[in-house]
Amino acid sequence: MTADHVQEPAIRVRGLEKSYKELHVLRGVDFDVTPGSIFALLGSNGAGKTTVVNILSTLLKADAGTATINGFDAAAQGADVRQSISLTGQFAAVDGILSGRENLVLVARLRHLKDPGAVADDLLARFSLTDAAARKVATYSGGMRRRLDIAMSLIGNPPVIFLDEPTTGLDPQARIEVWRTVKELAGRGTTVLLTTQDLDEAEELADRIAILHGGRIIVNGTLAELKRLLPPAKVEYVEKQPTLEDVFLALVGSDE
Amino acid sequence: MTNHFFSDTGVLLGRSLRHIARSLDTIITTAIMPIAFMLLFVYVLGGAIQTGSGPYVNYLLPGILLITIASGISYTAYRLFMDMQSGIFERFQSMPIARSSVLWAHVLTSLVANLISLVVVVLVALLMGFRSGAGAPAWFAIVGILVLFTLALTWLAVIAGLSAKSVDGAGAFAYPLILLPFISSAFVPTATMPGPVRAFAENQPVTSIVNAIRELFAQQPVGADIWIALAWCVGILVVAYTVAMTIYRRKIA
Ligand SMILES: Nc1ncnc2c1ncn2[C@@H]1O[C@H](COP(=O)(O)OP(=O)(O)OP(=O)(O)O)[C@@H](O)[C@H]1O
Ligand SMILES: [Mg+2]
Repeated sequence: MTADHVQEPAIRVRGLEKSYKELHVLRGVDFDVTPGSIFALLGSNGAGKTTVVNILSTLLKADAGTATINGFDAAAQGADVRQSISLTGQFAAVDGILSGRENLVLVARLRHLKDPGAVADDLLARFSLTDAAARKVATYSGGMRRRLDIAMSLIGNPPVIFLDEPTTGLDPQARIEVWRTVKELAGRGTTVLLTTQDLDEAEELADRIAILHGGRIIVNGTLAELKRLLPPAKVEYVEKQPTLEDVFLALVGSDE
Repeated sequence: MTNHFFSDTGVLLGRSLRHIARSLDTIITTAIMPIAFMLLFVYVLGGAIQTGSGPYVNYLLPGILLITIASGISYTAYRLFMDMQSGIFERFQSMPIARSSVLWAHVLTSLVANLISLVVVVLVALLMGFRSGAGAPAWFAIVGILVLFTLALTWLAVIAGLSAKSVDGAGAFAYPLILLPFISSAFVPTATMPGPVRAFAENQPVTSIVNAIRELFAQQPVGADIWIALAWCVGILVVAYTVAMTIYRRKIA
């Protein structure tokens, strides 16, 4: 909260509107994301989170409003925007016929990096996929596919990363693994916009949280600010029960 | 980022060729129906078909080659559809690459896969007694026509792949194309057909293409057929390319 106003936002969205035929999904969405911060977009099913992400990553055109990413206009400067971003879509976009390593090498080549093989090996290790590196991705579990998918999005170190429900379908350990990666990214100065249905996830990761509802952002603030919107907490004495997540992690072991 | 068009297309072409190398059955499946037709017509029906001098397989092969291409391009539509379905298409479109290279890679892959299938079919035809004294220029012209025909049908397949709603739909558009040679000069001379059928047969693209290739194989002078054949191929190519590109631009916003 220090010198936010001095910096140009990494993502600036103003008056974004989008309809699919009759269905008016976005009705004037506004928000800013500070460089190097993690911004969580919350919303129920069908709220339009994926639609926002797709407009920001130049896969869709907005009907009205503007979206600026890293200083480039999503509608007019698509190629510059794509140079600045990376997208992990809601559903893992991996090539099932290729091996995990081949998938990573493919993306590294398309990003015109010098040593695609080394980039791939490094990410395989980081995402605990080295043992499965040579296997066809079609044989991967859902969590492995998702990890590979996210690894593919990190290639080339783009300054802005979009993660559309990155941990849906992951087991608690894999989820914590992804959380760690996201924090690491933000720590290195990458701007992260993630969508999620999972309030814990937003609480755990986000510097700012916005809720998309009825086609607009109805609240936007830090976790503390959001909590202040509710009546002050009552003091009650209850026995602290371990959460299901605590139990699961204790039994399965959270080492790796 | 258009300056990367060639390298991006190359990388993506390598990817699709790897798909083909790992599912060689698609090549076999492509070649198996035309080969079955060839066996059926040469060894079962051919004896009753009057096509003048020379072995019937010589008469038949050009049409069989076109059927091979028509069945091969259904896999092009299939591969494109699967890419869109799996989300990898969107991943590519959100990356800093030359966007059209995604389509061109599929088109070139289609060309390579079809050429391999065509070679397989020609080898089987040779085993069945197909012979041609055609020299290098004639072979060159034949390959040229086949490449052009493949490209034309490939862009039709791109339309199907981009607009299909299901896997089956993506491949089904090829069936009429596979049947088209049957109502042409591919299997029997058109002179034997009743009036309206004959009129259709003589004025649809397959007949002129088949006749041109047949004349080239037989070292006979090619008449107007080759120009009509080229006009058809280029015409279909231009129309299909334009439609495919329009759909594609709409798709990628
Ligand atoms: N291509 C499309 N054509 C028609 N309607 C669409 C299309 N894409 C999305 N929609 C509709 O727009 C609305 C918003 O969809 P969107 O995918 O953006 O929601 P979301 O917030 O990401 O939902 P979820 O949490 O389920 O992923 C939904 O009602 C959806 O049915
Ligand atoms: Mg969504």
